[in-house]
Amino acid sequence: MSIFYTEYPDPKITSLTRPFWDGCKHGRLLIQICDDCSRYRFYPTETCPECRSEKFTWAEVSGKGQVASWIVIHRSPDPVWQSLSPFVSGVIEIAEQPGCFVPGLILGIQPDQIRNGLKVQVEFEQTGENTFVPRWRAIPH
Amino acid sequence: MSSKPIASIAGIGWTDYNRNSGRTVEALALEACRNAINDAGLNVNAVDGLVSFSLGDSVTTAVVSTGLGLSKMNHYADFSAGGFMACGIVMEAAMAVATGQADYVVAYRALNGSSGQRYGGAEFSRLLADHGVHSDAEQQFLDTAGITMPAQHFAMLCRRHMTRYGTTNEDLGAIAVTMRAHANDNPRAQMRDRRMTLEDYHSSPWVADPFRLLDCCLQTDGGCALLITTPERARDLAQSPVDILSGFTSAGPRNRGAMWGNFSPDSNVTYAEHHADRLFSRAGIDRKDLSFAQIYDCFTYSIIGQMEGFGLIEKGQAGDFFRSGAASIGGLLPVNTHGGLLSEGYIHGLNSVVEAVSQLRGDGGKRQVENAQLGLVTSGGATSTGSALILARN
Repeated sequence: MSIFYTEYPDPKITSLTRPFWDGCKHGRLLIQICDDCSRYRFYPTETCPECRSEKFTWAEVSGKGQVASWIVIHRSPDPVWQSLSPFVSGVIEIAEQPGCFVPGLILGIQPDQIRNGLKVQVEFEQTGENTFVPRWRAIPH
Repeated sequence: MSSKPIASIAGIGWTDYNRNSGRTVEALALEACRNAINDAGLNVNAVDGLVSFSLGDSVTTAVVSTGLGLSKMNHYADFSAGGFMACGIVMEAAMAVATGQADYVVAYRALNGSSGQRYGGAEFSRLLADHGVHSDAEQQFLDTAGITMPAQHFAMLCRRHMTRYGTTNEDLGAIAVTMRAHANDNPRAQMRDRRMTLEDYHSSPWVADPFRLLDCCLQTDGGCALLITTPERARDLAQSPVDILSGFTSAGPRNRGAMWGNFSPDSNVTYAEHHADRLFSRAGIDRKDLSFAQIYDCFTYSIIGQMEGFGLIEKGQAGDFFRSGAASIGGLLPVNTHGGLLSEGYIHGLNSVVEAVSQLRGDGGKRQVENAQLGLVTSGGATSTGSALILARN
């Protein structure tokens, strides 16, 4: 009865989120920034959760960040994810603004070496014909 | 001095809880509802209201109304919601009878959570978005990050708690083992015959590190139900009534989805911080008056986040609390006397309300809390949405 992902899922893009995914296609990480209070926010919303403004811009950010939380996925109901396991997925705090978090796979490090605050850099993986997804690669120190 | 009851619970019912019912969800819902009505000693013709919640995996009140052959339907509500609504539907039924919309309302939850729709994977992601549990702007970022089942969401929250408060897998294991010990004394529990040691916990496979398999609740086939009526009507029925003193269905004001906690700077703040004080004050009781607490435990960590949020323990103290025996039967505050969703089964949290009623009637058998007078029941996985009840022996 249940349905599972056998291939990398394509994002179910809405008109609100389309600029994010278009940015990924061009190797750019775009995050919404409020035109009135200048705060970044994620995931996308129509109004600013801080100041209620409806005006925003999709701004390119550096793609640098640090690990705020992570899990090592050993079991997934989806065959495509199970085939990758064990892999690490996490929540990244972007360098531009403390408290602004973006999820994604964390690459380039052994799972037991990951620590809170680990520095990462975004990269983009093509997972479908028209889909590029942000991934986060550990920066060696 | 506790406050005047809003409504009373006059009947409880449940089906067998198992991994493969071989029955329709409709059959499970009807059996659970009939059992609750019969338990109250009520004629089905008197029932005039139904409430339930589901994630596209149950049968609506319209189906159950027809199946029970109700002669009137004065109040109904079908919520699209996760387990955070379990106490909420009981409160919905209480409000219906308190406002005179209906006289006898059955709140039920039924699902084939093991053999039918599983809680994970592509289809489940779609259900979460389509049923408004996640924003449609959220799910696409989780799916593409490999996050397609609840264990992953909550493991991520748990990791933050570990980083911030020093919580360990030893602590989570102490919770899992306590739940199992309670289930071993519960004939309703799926794990009634399966013992668990801390070693068993530590040797169970990783699902989403920091969660092992034994950090996760039991996906279950089954159903349960409660009959809610006014305190006056409850007095004339077969069972000693259990009173609803207060309750809520609430959230943080900036809750944007089931995984919002992971996008929030306050990732370990739950719905409970926002609403606990008012819940206790409306009930007219103090936390120390509680005889037990049934805390929603889709995962071990969920107990930690909520117990802290309700002010039952200090931040980071859960492991010590469980290891000391304080959460066991006979302890300072027994937690999940049925074994919880972890070891009784996952009827999406409504089974924890049923257990609270059993305890307050004194029907807990070997797991009975001595002189149980007041109980807290919560629903919500330690995110920013949840519901809760304070129940009292009449």
